[in-house]
Amino acid sequence: MAKDSAADATMRSPLGRVRGFGSAKGGTHHWLMQRLTSVALLPLVLWFALSAASLAGAPYEVTRDWIAHPFNAVLLLAAIALAFHHTAAGMQVIMEDYANQEWAKVAGIYGVRAICWLLAIAAALAVLRIAV
Amino acid sequence: MSIMQDSREATMFGRRSDGTPIRRPLSPHLQVYDMMQLTSALSISGRITGVIWSVGLLVLVWWLVATASGPGAYATVTWFLTSWLGVLGLFGLTAAAWFHTLNGLRHLAWDAGYGYDIPTTYKSGRAVLIGTAAMTVLTWLIAIIAWAR
Repeated sequence: MAKDSAADATMRSPLGRVRGFGSAKGGTHHWLMQRLTSVALLPLVLWFALSAASLAGAPYEVTRDWIAHPFNAVLLLAAIALAFHHTAAGMQVIMEDYANQEWAKVAGIYGVRAICWLLAIAAALAVLRIAV
Repeated sequence: MSIMQDSREATMFGRRSDGTPIRRPLSPHLQVYDMMQLTSALSISGRITGVIWSVGLLVLVWWLVATASGPGAYATVTWFLTSWLGVLGLFGLTAAAWFHTLNGLRHLAWDAGYGYDIPTTYKSGRAVLIGTAAMTVLTWLIAIIAWAR
């Protein structure tokens, strides 16, 4: 890497040279993360859906105490992180499949990811404010 | 481009990374499928329920932030979620959530290489529908018992 011979010298950028030569061999990461988050979300969804149902019509103090319980707070934080990661990844696939314009696809993917980040932080902050 | 003879041609339009057009198979678009088939209907429902889940996450964030804000904000979110519109929305959300979860289980099995033959695909598809109904009813049974308490 360090020794640049004259034969290797070229005016073409690295990006220019690799364009059109196929994949970067890093495409499995998104796919794998989507599966891993889905496996992790299976027990969390089961737990959250049934817990949330049992909180139907609960007064303020009961809901607050439920979120404040360390067990629930930890699982809620995990569920928030995994759910928003999974959502952003899923919406990315949908936009990759259906967006006709490149700019719309890129703007959509990163726009959704930005919104997911902000909402995940807001939700996590809410849990921490109650639990800590 | 010339006039299309086959609707499937619409799925064959792609672009190379340098932007020039190329005829190659693209991710299938909806119009080429018969949506009355259980398989394709459940397939697109997986996506649709995923998008519904995304909206459901907004409700989750609202509920958490409101509870963190105090009794006033919590009263507002409870008022909405226990209104007829809120209950209707939550019921749809519950069904969508269970469908997406159970259909996701089916997808994980496919990813691992199981259940690809047509009879098994239909069987697992029906199982997902029955499971969705059962889990939705169970969730709301718990909710109604909790609410009445």
